Amino acid sequence: MADRIRAVLRWETALVVLLVAVAVVGSVRTDGTFLSGGNLFYLGLDIAEIALIALPLTLVIAAAEIDLSVASVLGLSSALIGWLWTAGWPLETILPVVVLVGAACGALNGLLVTRLGLPSLAVTIGTMALFRGLALVVLGDTAVADFPASYTQFGTTPVPGTNLPYPILLFAVLAVVFAVLLHASSFGRAVFAVGANEEAARFSGVRVKRTKLVLFVLTGAVAALAGIVYTFRFSSARADNGTGLELAVVAAVLLGGVSIFGGRGTLGGVVAGVLLLGSLRNLLILDDVSTEVLTVVTGLLLLVSVLVPAVGRRLGRRVDNSRLGRRVDNSRLGRRAGRRAATSAAGPP
Amino acid sequence: MTARPVRRIVAGLALLLSGAVVLSACGGTTRDSSAGARNADNTTASANPNAELKKDLKITFLPKQVNNPYFTTAQHGGEQAAQAFGWQFKATGPSDASAASQVTYINTAAQQRQDALVLAANDVNAVAPALRTARSQGMKVVTFDSDAATDARDVFVNQASTQDIAVGQVKLLSEQLGGQGEFAILSATPNATNQNAWIEVMKTELAKPEYAGLKLVETAYGNDDDQTSFQKTQGLLQAHPNLRGIISPTTVGLAAAARYLSSSEYKGKVALTGLGTPNQLRKFVQDGTVTSFALWDPNKLGYLATYAAAALASGQITGASGEKFTAGEMGEYTVGEHGEVVLGPPTVFTRDNIDQFDF
Repeated sequence: MADRIRAVLRWETALVVLLVAVAVVGSVRTDGTFLSGGNLFYLGLDIAEIALIALPLTLVIAAAEIDLSVASVLGLSSALIGWLWTAGWPLETILPVVVLVGAACGALNGLLVTRLGLPSLAVTIGTMALFRGLALVVLGDTAVADFPASYTQFGTTPVPGTNLPYPILLFAVLAVVFAVLLHASSFGRAVFAVGANEEAARFSGVRVKRTKLVLFVLTGAVAALAGIVYTFRFSSARADNGTGLELAVVAAVLLGGVSIFGGRGTLGGVVAGVLLLGSLRNLLILDDVSTEVLTVVTGLLLLVSVLVPAVGRRLGRRVDNSRLGRRVDNSRLGRRAGRRAATSAAGPP
Repeated sequence: MTARPVRRIVAGLALLLSGAVVLSACGGTTRDSSAGARNADNTTASANPNAELKKDLKITFLPKQVNNPYFTTAQHGGEQAAQAFGWQFKATGPSDASAASQVTYINTAAQQRQDALVLAANDVNAVAPALRTARSQGMKVVTFDSDAATDARDVFVNQASTQDIAVGQVKLLSEQLGGQGEFAILSATPNATNQNAWIEVMKTELAKPEYAGLKLVETAYGNDDDQTSFQKTQGLLQAHPNLRGIISPTTVGLAAAARYLSSSEYKGKVALTGLGTPNQLRKFVQDGTVTSFALWDPNKLGYLATYAAAALASGQITGASGEKFTAGEMGEYTVGEHGEVVLGPPTVFTRDNIDQFDF
């Protein structure tokens, strides 16, 4: 009985229902334009960077950490592309170098958090300013825009024969990789364990610091990758690219049902969250709803996303009082954690 | 337990890098190898100057950002033009002035099958790919205030020519000083494109015999920062005891200089003019610190840009040099080089007319 209620209350289910509702309402209100291939193509492009960065950030937040420097890494990556391109480097060298610099930025975050034991919120607010500052040092307030069409077309044209934007293709591949990493590997179990209870994880033999460091490095690398996508999508390398994007990404991850306290969440939920935020925004703009209303609706949706699982959890607790403290079980730490825990580890009740 | 994934990830990154090095070793896409790749301009259609303006046009108006008084005034101008002819006129836009948010709205306008888009570009190049796609789908694009890449729009409605702006400011100062005295320029940043172009023209203008009595003693840079501009004004007045006037061809600089002057002993003794908005300078005009200053009227700018969009969508013009169209009550305009239409000389604001403007 309790399991069944929980299944219905599952946040991921709610997100998918909402997504379908948006699609139906959108299709009716815009005479089908909303679901037309052309519009879906633009919708995909618009969410590309947020979707990409949301993947590693899901793992970071599930491990009860945060990374607010992602948008600045994106900006730094964009500025580096512009600078190196102007200096005459071939793009085939620039792109991997940029991803490595992003990984290095992530490593800096990770080392400050794990070796010095600083809170990631404080560290990444600091590096958010630091990386954006470096981006401005590298490129100043100029813009580099003379990239070859053979590269910028990846950001402006769909995969031939479809309406699929290339950045979304990249996202789909990475989403599978990250889903396997989080939900089907020992590393993923370590991530949840660290997020649920760091002490318990350490005593169970999880290398907590190593796990966190890897998460920050991955986030930095993917944020730099998003910087590449951003740069080619607008064929414009600028130091201020992606300013403020970090909050949109965090919002999408939380809407996806990942607990800000760590230990809980699914990658599928986050993908649904990103899609929901993106389609709602797209629909409201297409339907000529003013920017102010757009901001209010997005804000309300986020509040609901925090509120509903909290209420649901309280309900679930009333239904079955005996499962208090299952958050630790969820992480599948103990060998005895049974099938029951394994199913509920998939997401918030 | 976690050692193996770590090793795998490090190995993955290493593989990625080595692949890149191999790729770049056998040549690659560099700036030199791809230069001059783009020259597409698809204005092949011919204009029909006698075509009537269509009645059922759908026009989207996209400012740099919404809730900005300057652009709201421009939007009102566009609305006036649209009402006269019964066009569907829709103003929309992002709340932040970023190119990325603007691109979303450009794509949306294309999806909504609008006939024309009137926009102030947030970035010359970042909006260009979206505009090119929209144009290839048949939408006409007019930029105003801030241009996009030339091949990404049909017509650019320029608020004023470099010549008009620069000459106008020298003339205002000369009138206020009676043609005699030392003056300084308080500019934006040392590498500001617009300001530097204006200052160059001002210097040429000053060489004319009618301005022989005016002497430019210093050009200071307030970096378009209120505090810095304020301090630079102070510095100019201390460094040049005989200073009789200041030209500040930037709205930030002019407002800061006016604030300094109005609270100093120089109020009313040192003339101040330049480019500014009526809302920023209203109280300094009223208290006598500033006699007159100039700026283009954004209302007329929006009006003209909307007419240009309608003329394009009706086939009256294609954006080629020499074509003419009539912009309602503002009269006839000619498309110049590179598809530019110039609004005309800037509007001069004085105590007499400043209350008619709200931007």
